[in-house]
Amino acid sequence: MTVLINRNKCGYCGACVAVCPTMALDLKEVWIDADENLCNNCSTCKKVCPVGAIEVQR
Amino acid sequence: MKDAYDVIVVGGGPAGAVAARYAAEGGASVLLIEKRQEVGDSIRCAEGVPVENLDKYLDIEDRWIAAPIKGATIYVPDGTSVKMRTGDENQISGYILERKIFDRALVEKAAKAGAEVYTKTTATGLIIENGRIAGVKIKRLGMEKDVAANIVIGADGVESKVGRWAGLDTTLKLSDIETGVQYLMTNIDIDEENIEFYMGNQYAPGGYVWVFPKGPGRANVGIGLLGSKIKEGGRPIDYLDKFIENRFPNGKIIEMNYGGVPVSGGMEKIYGAGIMLVGDAGRLTDPLTGGGIKHALWSGELAGITAAEAVKAGDFTEKFMKKYQKAWDDKGGKILSRDLILKNYYIGMTDEEVNKIAKSIEGMDFTGVLEVGKLVKILTSIDKKLLLKLGANQLGL
Repeated sequence: MTVLINRNKCGYCGACVAVCPTMALDLKEVWIDADENLCNNCSTCKKVCPVGAIEVQR
Repeated sequence: MKDAYDVIVVGGGPAGAVAARYAAEGGASVLLIEKRQEVGDSIRCAEGVPVENLDKYLDIEDRWIAAPIKGATIYVPDGTSVKMRTGDENQISGYILERKIFDRALVEKAAKAGAEVYTKTTATGLIIENGRIAGVKIKRLGMEKDVAANIVIGADGVESKVGRWAGLDTTLKLSDIETGVQYLMTNIDIDEENIEFYMGNQYAPGGYVWVFPKGPGRANVGIGLLGSKIKEGGRPIDYLDKFIENRFPNGKIIEMNYGGVPVSGGMEKIYGAGIMLVGDAGRLTDPLTGGGIKHALWSGELAGITAAEAVKAGDFTEKFMKKYQKAWDDKGGKILSRDLILKNYYIGMTDEEVNKIAKSIEGMDFTGVLEVGKLVKILTSIDKKLLLKLGANQLGL
């Protein structure tokens, strides 16, 4: 599984990090890092994104 | 950077800066770290703040004020509007800030009080020894360093990790977060002393649209949607674009901001042995309005004072840190509980119900009513059923 962050859309607000139940996401300075090993594929990050910058591939 | 401090504050926003300042003024050695190169940028905020107590934290200066505010208008889907004014022409109810300057001014205060400040410096984890906080793993310009501290204050915002590292679960449910988009617009027709709110599902499911003036013809125009109400094709940016097309067809967007705002109404525990969470990191944002700055300043102050007292006492136990939670509950806890009830009521309302409430008070004199508590008092005095639904006792009315 992979969390794909579209950097052209993302405004690094950190909402996805706040809802991630497994700490798979991290807001670095101005980008989101995804740790695929921690991701449980729940797609909550995708749902909360204000601009639709996240895709979760199963 | 030294190898050890009494207190490390993670995050250089208003909560962190004020916490660092009060801890330093109380005699503690303090390190304040901010992961970004600069504080206050990029903003994730509508920049509105009530005047209440603000001068306690900073001298009021024009350089960080974009616009003084004297009134507010709430619009609902059927076009009904409710206008509120301070009444006195010279009385200011709040400010729209320039966060980039405001945040920096707060950090300068912390620095002047003796706190060491490092930007482009990230916390990557906590050092925990024998079940208690012993410091922070820090990364600065690619170099990693363990820095010892007896107290860590998590001021790391909506995306907070400090709490989770310390065993405090700050994870937000979709119904506990508003996410939004904001445009700084120019060339728009507004009253620069008046803020506008647009409520109801037509505008923003589970949230609202705001227009916060930042000077002549210029405003933050933004939207927040409840996370659980966001749908594909109905994201905050979709609703905002629809809104500005109607309200500001000739407006120009000169800046874009995105943001996430906790609306859980706090959390059960904002402390632990050697740890305190402040501002958005402690989910202390107002769950109805989404306003976070005031509570960030208050919680930062209380945590900073508690930290300094703990250092003096040499006591970093959970029991000592509980003083912070107690102080917060006394100061901001009631507002969080009240506004959580109101939020839960609001997000369940249909647009027809929103219209009806607005209609019932349309045209009333709302001079001097620029505060949630006052408005709710009026609404519930008109509609006794509403009072019952909300639960008068819980509201503290």
